[in-house]
Amino acid sequence: MASNRTSKRRSAANNNEVAFIRQEDAPILPPPTISSGLAGWLYENIFASMLDYSSLGAAVKSILMTVFTAFVAYVFTVQIYGLLDFAILSAVWQDPEEQKRQVCWTVEQGGALPNGWHGACWPYIIAKTKFILYGAYPNESLWRVNSTYLLGAILLAWVMIERLPYRKFVAASFLTIYPIFATVMLTGGGFGLSQFSVGVNTIAGLALISFGRVGKAGWITGPLLDFSKVAGLAGWFFIFFAAALVSVGVDFDLEKIDTRDWGGLLITLVVATTAIVVSLPLGILLALGRRSNMPVARTLSIIFIEFWRGVPLITVLFMASVMIPLFMPEGVNFDSLLRALIGVTLWQSAYMAEVIRGGLQAIDKGQYEGADAIGLSYWQSMRLIILPQALTRVLPGIVNTIISVFKDTSLVSIVGLFDLLGATQSTIADAAWSTPVQASTGYLVVALIFFVFCFGMSRYSMYLERKLNRGH
Amino acid sequence: MVKTSVARDEKRKTSLDGTVIVSMEHVNKWFGEFHVLRDINLRVVRGERIVVCGPSGSGKSTLIRCLNRLEKHQDGDINVHGIELNNDVKNIDEIRREVGMVFQHFNLFPHLSILENCMLAPIWVRKTPRAEAEEIAMHFLTRVKIPEQASKYPGQLSGGQQQRVAIARALCMQPQLMLFDEPTSALDPEMIKEVLDTMVELADDGMTMICVTHEMGFARRVADRVIFMDEGQIVEQNEPEAFFNNPQSDRTKLFLSQILGH
Repeated sequence: MASNRTSKRRSAANNNEVAFIRQEDAPILPPPTISSGLAGWLYENIFASMLDYSSLGAAVKSILMTVFTAFVAYVFTVQIYGLLDFAILSAVWQDPEEQKRQVCWTVEQGGALPNGWHGACWPYIIAKTKFILYGAYPNESLWRVNSTYLLGAILLAWVMIERLPYRKFVAASFLTIYPIFATVMLTGGGFGLSQFSVGVNTIAGLALISFGRVGKAGWITGPLLDFSKVAGLAGWFFIFFAAALVSVGVDFDLEKIDTRDWGGLLITLVVATTAIVVSLPLGILLALGRRSNMPVARTLSIIFIEFWRGVPLITVLFMASVMIPLFMPEGVNFDSLLRALIGVTLWQSAYMAEVIRGGLQAIDKGQYEGADAIGLSYWQSMRLIILPQALTRVLPGIVNTIISVFKDTSLVSIVGLFDLLGATQSTIADAAWSTPVQASTGYLVVALIFFVFCFGMSRYSMYLERKLNRGH
Repeated sequence: MVKTSVARDEKRKTSLDGTVIVSMEHVNKWFGEFHVLRDINLRVVRGERIVVCGPSGSGKSTLIRCLNRLEKHQDGDINVHGIELNNDVKNIDEIRREVGMVFQHFNLFPHLSILENCMLAPIWVRKTPRAEAEEIAMHFLTRVKIPEQASKYPGQLSGGQQQRVAIARALCMQPQLMLFDEPTSALDPEMIKEVLDTMVELADDGMTMICVTHEMGFARRVADRVIFMDEGQIVEQNEPEAFFNNPQSDRTKLFLSQILGH
């Protein structure tokens, strides 16, 4: 019976001439012009939905899309034009007669501009530039801030440009030598040399390094051998710490500048850079700790993360500024910038830890198993296999958190520090420049500066993502 | 066909020296309440080729994963190449150095090139210098017949090529024992042959291997012993001819009828 069915179907198939053998290859052609290039993109994304009149339903839809597109284009153009008009076309650029606020007044208010004028007052910004960028930092010492910025920019660019050699070494110095250089440059150094501390750290460092060397040479066995492996690295940390103590202790005859005089972009960059650079490795350790099998590491990580995530940053800063002095002995003044740095960094680490933990969870279990099966240790597999993949995977989340903390630094105004926004706000209160557009101009500048930094970070991250995805 | 297998056997008799590579005694494992491995006893000597088969859920993958501590056994003794497998991290590390594993889903490292995938373990585990590690990697990549792919990334290779790279990666550590966890189950049919051929060559060169697979043709060709597992127990084991032609247990007969039928 089955064969009857099969033969019936086969003869039916033959009647329909199912058999087909290709005689020559179909030509390989380029796509039709309207679907490629800029014209193609415009057509598909904007015009296709407006030009379909094949049926009544499609026609109605096309008309609605046309109206909607026109409306959006109109609103968009008006807004962009409005911004350009305010910032550039109608703006006042110069104050040749040193009239200060009067140069941006309309006739009604006592100035020279036509009534109904509304534009940016750039002379106000030009006059306040130093304050917005440096705060109350003494003018004669600005070279110190500039040299710190310059060195930082050079080191950062060196690390980012792929073709340059010794990038790892430069990155290492950016994380170790540069912070000490920046601290001495910006504060003036000369905190006093405690020969005792320097001595203790140097001796401890040398001892640990020697212990590590002895272990490597094979003269130690048993549990001490594991310790000796870590001892070498720890020893170098102690030496570094001793060198740091010396660098900030020695008096280089620089004017000592209190952190309360710092302000503007300087504070924003110092707080943001420190928070970003420290929270990333700390976040990695916390994320690994939270996923670890060791109960102590896991519990401590969870407590840390949940505590710092449960408190808003503004509260952290407020508590840091109010509560830390309560715990300090009489007369010890814990620098307010340092308080803010510690608060923001620890808070940011908790967020970073969770972003990274998301990445670790997303890695296929087989990767962990593959690494284990070839005999890699826990730290080796983390460093070589898991973290490179996890960090790449959550790069958008990491950059998002970084951009977020860059902007959150504005909250340091709670502890009396003037960051970019705070410094600009205080210039808005300056009566010598009081005009109706003073506030708008000031905030426009703040927004522009933030945008430049944040957009820059965003674009760099996209470049990184493209570069890191080449292998997948 | 008969002549080559005789010649192969002759070559092997001289290489089988009786060293016990794997010894499992009264091994039991539970996943929570579920008793997944029941009283497993297994001895594998150097040069032996074992094929483990059985229905899914029978514990065959769990068995070989216990051998390199990807799974932890709760009861019984496991010894690999004389090293006891217990909670001591040093032992586990030593065992993992001597045991190579090939996974069903390859588990190649996608962010590293093929060559780097193979060089990784010798450099970081055996502390081989980089140049030497590269030589070893190229040697084994040539042996699995894909040396020209060395600078590509795993994502650019076909499944069969990826699995061969996985085999080369495991071989770069020059292990005493190779474990294969259903190496061809995730491959398209046309690629299964190239991987099985690689494994047959490996077997002919004297590698001790335990292979979990459904490829019965491979078992017939290469295995010294076929082990049938069901519900966590070793139900039957025998030489391939005896196993396939004359299965003793009813469960074995049922299983063979199911997989040899189509």
